[in-house]
Amino acid sequence: MTDESALAPRTRALQLFDGLVTDTSLRRFLEGIPGVDAVGLEQRAAALGTRSIKTTSKAAAIDTIISMIDLTTLEGADTPGKVRSLVAKALVPDAGDAACPQPAAVCVYGDMVATAVDALGAAHGQISVAAVATAFPSGRASLRVKLADTADAVAAGADEIDMVIDRGAFLSGQYAQVFDEIVAVKRACRREDGTSAHLKVILETGELNTYDNVRRASWLAILAGADFIKTSTGKVSPAATLPVTLLMLEVVRDWFRLTGERIGVKPAGGIRTSKDAIKFLVTVAETCGEDWLTPELFRFGASSLLNDVLLQRQKLATGHYSGPDYVTID
Amino acid sequence: MSFLEYAPAPESTAILNLKDEYGLFIGGEFVEGSGTAFSTISPADERAIATVQTADASDVDRAVGAARQAYERVWSKMSGADRGKYLFRIARLVQERARELAVAESLDNGKPIKESRDVDVPLVAAWFFYYAGWADKLDYAGLGPNPQSLGVAGQVIPWNFPLLMLSWKIAPALAAGNTVVLKPAETTPLTALLFAEIVQQAGLPAGVVNIITGAGSTGEALVQHPDVNKVAFTGSTGVGHAIAKSVAGTGKKLTLELGGKAANIVFDDAPIDQAIEGIVNGIFFNQGHVCCAGSRLLVQESIHDDVIERLKSRLSTLRLGDPLDKNTDIGAINSAEQLERIRTLTEAGEAEGAERWTAPCELPSQGYWFAPTIFTGVSTSHRIAREEIFGPVLSVLTFRTPAEAIAKANNTPYGLSAGIWSDKGSRILAVADKLRAGVIWANTFNRFDPASPFGGYKESGYGREGGRHGLGAYLAPAGAPAAISEKKTRTRTTRTATKENRK
Amino acid sequence: MSRLAVPKTYKLFIGGKFPRSESGRTFEILSAKGDFLANAAKASRKDARDAVKAARGAVSGWSGATAYNRGQVLYRIAELLEGRRGQFIDEIQRGENVSRAIAERQVDDAIDRWVWYAGWADKYTQVAGNANPVAGPFFNLSVPEPTGVVAMIAPQDSSLLGLVSVVAPALVTGNTVVVVASERFPLSAITLAEVLATSDVPGGVVNVLTGSPAEIAPWLASHADVNALDLAGAEDLDWVDLQISAADTLKRVLPPEGDAFPSLDRITAFTETKTVWHTKSML
Repeated sequence: MTDESALAPRTRALQLFDGLVTDTSLRRFLEGIPGVDAVGLEQRAAALGTRSIKTTSKAAAIDTIISMIDLTTLEGADTPGKVRSLVAKALVPDAGDAACPQPAAVCVYGDMVATAVDALGAAHGQISVAAVATAFPSGRASLRVKLADTADAVAAGADEIDMVIDRGAFLSGQYAQVFDEIVAVKRACRREDGTSAHLKVILETGELNTYDNVRRASWLAILAGADFIKTSTGKVSPAATLPVTLLMLEVVRDWFRLTGERIGVKPAGGIRTSKDAIKFLVTVAETCGEDWLTPELFRFGASSLLNDVLLQRQKLATGHYSGPDYVTID
Repeated sequence: MSFLEYAPAPESTAILNLKDEYGLFIGGEFVEGSGTAFSTISPADERAIATVQTADASDVDRAVGAARQAYERVWSKMSGADRGKYLFRIARLVQERARELAVAESLDNGKPIKESRDVDVPLVAAWFFYYAGWADKLDYAGLGPNPQSLGVAGQVIPWNFPLLMLSWKIAPALAAGNTVVLKPAETTPLTALLFAEIVQQAGLPAGVVNIITGAGSTGEALVQHPDVNKVAFTGSTGVGHAIAKSVAGTGKKLTLELGGKAANIVFDDAPIDQAIEGIVNGIFFNQGHVCCAGSRLLVQESIHDDVIERLKSRLSTLRLGDPLDKNTDIGAINSAEQLERIRTLTEAGEAEGAERWTAPCELPSQGYWFAPTIFTGVSTSHRIAREEIFGPVLSVLTFRTPAEAIAKANNTPYGLSAGIWSDKGSRILAVADKLRAGVIWANTFNRFDPASPFGGYKESGYGREGGRHGLGAYLAPAGAPAAISEKKTRTRTTRTATKENRK
Repeated sequence: MSRLAVPKTYKLFIGGKFPRSESGRTFEILSAKGDFLANAAKASRKDARDAVKAARGAVSGWSGATAYNRGQVLYRIAELLEGRRGQFIDEIQRGENVSRAIAERQVDDAIDRWVWYAGWADKYTQVAGNANPVAGPFFNLSVPEPTGVVAMIAPQDSSLLGLVSVVAPALVTGNTVVVVASERFPLSAITLAEVLATSDVPGGVVNVLTGSPAEIAPWLASHADVNALDLAGAEDLDWVDLQISAADTLKRVLPPEGDAFPSLDRITAFTETKTVWHTKSML
């Protein structure tokens, strides 16, 4: 990414606002977007959740899900050993089936990026390394620390940065501060060679609480230059619900209609079963279209999901139900 | 392979244990009918499902006689608590046999299994459960202490929600202490006949519920039968008129749930994605075979183009096809006759200058199908803005101010339902006040609940079904004159109620 | 020396004004003893049409008034009637040939009936309406609303009480009415109209026609802009035909009931239950 393109979001926003990016101009814009009726949104999500995905469609869905997973470990107790084990699982998700697709990325804390890159070896590239940054999960640190956190991870080889927004600033109406911080982190994603790590912006929807807030925060993040908008850190409940993901998909769909640019969506936290994940695929396909069914535009942030999907995959392959002893723990 | 071409996911019909032939259900037993038997067919593939009987006047007489006898000997003497227990039993039996009923409904009616499974049948159970609890609490129904049942209720129901309409009719009637003779629509008798089996399983005293099948003449004989005390009809406004005339002067209590041409009003501050869903649900739910369907979209001019664009892209994701496939959104049109009516009106729409857009979807070669269709540039004088199409066809009109929206919404002889989409509470309440319609859905549409009264203003009918009000339709205050008094009995019986139709 | 009285000209009451019948017709009203009382206007179908138009025009204002306001307006009628009690007693006594005591009772009952119904204006909604506990995240409320324009055949056996007994309950909820007065005893109906005209009842809310119910009723029963039909005093008419005619536009119909006793049923008979759903969520 060039310097100019890093500034593009701000330019875009300025064009949209026909003026300066301030709390007031952002508020005027964000509050002018149509509201969300929670009951209707949840009913639509529930309806999408009743789609029945069988046989060949299910097989295709399962492989697609695996390819979209950001296999994640984000524990205080993470060690290099744990991260290497995670990477090993990403490299060989199903020890019994070499044809099993690999997940999109491994997602770790910033200090584990080097370990992950090292463990991936030659596979780094086909599997990305995503790092959470900006004082994840709370985001309560100075901008200087957040930028250093980001730059460190990028320097260590992270391909993707999962940043958190300042929910406190957002909830107190300091939209410009949230906007500026995303722009700054985006700039910190730049590498020395001029390329840039992909930026996923975590809204922490569980703390934003209302759907109207989620919708506004989604627009705000996209305007500021997010490549992806992500629901949650996984540390706050509720995390990635289907309605909230549907809502964010509606925003990226509308952004695409407006600008022709495709933004990704990543639900993270709480998606544990193949059945749940398929509901998300259906929601993506029926909201944004099948174009979005690619790891470039949709990810699952999950740790335990992979094994449940693998069990389902084995069931489809063998015709009988499998058990937890037949998938490896990472 | 496209992910969106979901692999077929048909609901199994193995759960159905249908007979080849069904008799009339009179006096607790299935009996032969005297009219010409006919086949009920699946509108999705035109295949015959079962043979059913036609009840002629003598059969109607027999059924009313059985209901009268059951009323006088058993049901009117039974305690409310016991009547309630029977209704609770029925509610439970419906729940137990829910999947079977849903499959039968989709097979016979053509509606998507996800609707019969998730909407129709659960509501049927809820309806019986709700009214079961009323049976021993009639003193609180709003008619003063010790209200009286009316006697024998003659009930004629439509084909769009066959079992659900049956429950709307039978549950309050029985709770109030009446016995019933019910005629399901000619094209959808199947679930009513399965319901007769449930009545048997519940051990309901013989004759309390009688189900007679047949065409319009059967219904006509039923509503005109002199020993019927209460007539309840859901169907077309035309037939409703005829019934109102035939019942005039007889002292029979009458409730009518007829047609509609509901306005679904979308203001520029609407929660837009939910409004789009509401529009879709409003007119494409049950193939638009819904009396309260939001068939006239009134959209504020400033957001017209955006709404239409979103609507078209949303409609393009609707899946039309096998009603028994769990992923089907749009099922089959119920009959060749109805399909013809939809075609006639949509052709009139084009001829009158409205712009037609049809969702890109392939129609099966067998059966009766109509793709979701939108007309834009519709004016209030167009037939498609005035006549009930009763199909998956939306007419889009625009407005500039709330006052204009209200004026256009009310500019119809119908008055069944309406929708309002806006984020502004004060406007929603004020507009709701001004709309002349019996059910107003604000930021939602097509919601039904046994606790919620449903029914129309103006030519959409009178009386309410659901809630305490629905119970009142089957009761008279204590000491009220007998339902049929000599003094008020009309002498002329020349009026005719023609064929049954739809809700 | 007795003073030469100034007799009253009895006209129709339409849209708050007192026109003669457009047909120019009158009919002679005699006392039971055969004395000439007045030439009452004999309304035509066109007068009925004008009355319906006036009633329709008044619906929005009257039904849009607050319930408290409607209650006060109806109570005000009772106040004015009380003030003209003697006039009505005299008129009824002469017209119906009844004893003074019976005439007094009729007037007193009529006054009390206004008071009774006036009190209902801001209460019937609470009694006839419902909050409905639906199984979902919805606010759901059912409220009765006025049906609209109600055409009425007043009870024929009394001049004042019968008329009040059918008009008052319809007004409570915000309906407007076109009432055909008792054919034999029409005079008090017009005198009542004078009370209404000088009360706070907006013009067009009550329209009084005198003449032949048999002639006018079919026009009202078939009029597409009439929403409901009260056949209280239609016992001697071919009322079944009227009901059949009313079915063409599915008017709400009350069958003949000469007494028209005061009841909540009379109020709710010409109401429509409107149920409003709204989604409910904090998110």
